[in-house]
Amino acid sequence: MTTLSIDHVSRWFGNVVAVNDITMTIGPGVTGLLGPNGAGKSTLINMMGGFLAPSTGTVTLDGQPVWRNEQIYRHIGVVPEREAMYDFLTGREFVLANAELHGLGEKEARRALATVEMEYAQDRKIATYSKGMRQRVKMASALVHDPSLLLLDEPFNGMDPRQRMQLMELLRRMGDEGRTVLFSSHILEEVEQLAWHIEVIVAGRHAASGDFRRIRRLMTDRPHRYLVRSSDDRALAAALIADPSTSGIEVDHAEGALRVQAVDFARFTALLPRVAKAHGIRLLTVSPSDESLESVFSYLVAA
Amino acid sequence: MYNPTVARLTYRALLGRRRALILGALPMLLLLIATAVRALTGADDQIAADVLGGFALATMVPIIGVIAGTGAIGPEIDDGSVVYLLSKPVKRPTVIFTKLIVAIAVTMAFSAVPTLIAGLILNGNGQQIAVAYTVAALVASIAYAAMFLLLGTVTRHAVVFGLVYALVWEALFGSLVAGARTLSVQQWSLAVAHRVAGGDLVTSDVGLTTATVLLVVVTVLATWYAGQRLRSLTLAGEE
Repeated sequence: MTTLSIDHVSRWFGNVVAVNDITMTIGPGVTGLLGPNGAGKSTLINMMGGFLAPSTGTVTLDGQPVWRNEQIYRHIGVVPEREAMYDFLTGREFVLANAELHGLGEKEARRALATVEMEYAQDRKIATYSKGMRQRVKMASALVHDPSLLLLDEPFNGMDPRQRMQLMELLRRMGDEGRTVLFSSHILEEVEQLAWHIEVIVAGRHAASGDFRRIRRLMTDRPHRYLVRSSDDRALAAALIADPSTSGIEVDHAEGALRVQAVDFARFTALLPRVAKAHGIRLLTVSPSDESLESVFSYLVAA
Repeated sequence: MYNPTVARLTYRALLGRRRALILGALPMLLLLIATAVRALTGADDQIAADVLGGFALATMVPIIGVIAGTGAIGPEIDDGSVVYLLSKPVKRPTVIFTKLIVAIAVTMAFSAVPTLIAGLILNGNGQQIAVAYTVAALVASIAYAAMFLLLGTVTRHAVVFGLVYALVWEALFGSLVAGARTLSVQQWSLAVAHRVAGGDLVTSDVGLTTATVLLVVVTVLATWYAGQRLRSLTLAGEE
């Protein structure tokens, strides 16, 4: 059992607050750290990995401080976001060097390369690797000492769908084995597919925490805005406002459309076509007007 | 204190094709000059001392020191690959000490060895001049490597600052301001060389005791502080 505790952690750079008073506990299994770009995910992961001192608060792994404690790396495997990784070495040399730095050797390096299925290219220089191959060799270097905590910063960035699936499978397996796996991503679907537990970070704040169903519900239960065009906007507006799933309607003359605010996502999406059909109204356009990830996240922060 | 894996990675990075070419260029130039001077003027102790003191020790050794010292750690910190060293149960001062040994070895190999050969070409080690300047280059290699390794952990512009120190401080200020010469690795190493050569072909503005103390203090302090810097090295995200 490995538990990473983040206790009232803040980090600022000059006047900019990158991480603002975050408290969370990461236990065994796969946890996704979700948030838009620039939310402070990398800053938080760097503090979790002991590469950045918190301005206030503490990060501990099973009670041991992470900052300025080299021995903690016996238990932590790190997959950084940055690409640079001794390009002049071959994949095998790189993973072996990582093993040796842990006091291990050939056997462990071979096993790690096998785990990420990179034996076929292990004798090529890293400089010749594709993004996905680099990512896998980075994984191998992080797994070489069989760590109980695995930290991955945006591991799926730039991977093609097949590589993404392979890595997800691998991380899922790590989680099933009882390891504590934490990865960051700005893509909800990615996190939802893989994580048992999700922590949401927006603008440096801890916006939400829970299993993906809860987060999904939070995200879908928020008021949704739609732009609707139909053969008879006013008749449709009158019919929709009669139902409690709709909380507001505006007739937008400039757009020649209705702006509808729905509070109950599921009920509204079922209601709209039914109402239109019942009143003999043709729907010409139905488009969500605030589905961008940022708006979803900012709703979560406000909630 | 010495980690062979860290050493191997550092050697491979330092002696990569491009950097090795840069490291090799100045020694080649020194040997060319030595050969040309010998061919044109014959063996002359004063000229040998001038070439070794003016070019080898004053210019070549510090520049090689800058390339090897900053190159032993700067690029890794710059591109972030140092994270693979830092995320290991290896003491940070061990990483620094190992890199220092490598930087010293590389600086010595690319500066002291060619200095000796150039000296032998110039006057066949007459009056011990070749050996004296070789000893100076060896001693200076240690202090330069330590100073520039520290610089590599402190700033992203280590090469620029290193060259400014080597060329502006040691060469220019040193020749204009007497005080600056007391605080010059070159002068300290010359004090040691003077002891080896005797006579007055190799001279220094600094006494041997002062020079030795300053060499040791600078090397030890720079190495210690570089270790501390690495202990609190912060890897900022790309955000």
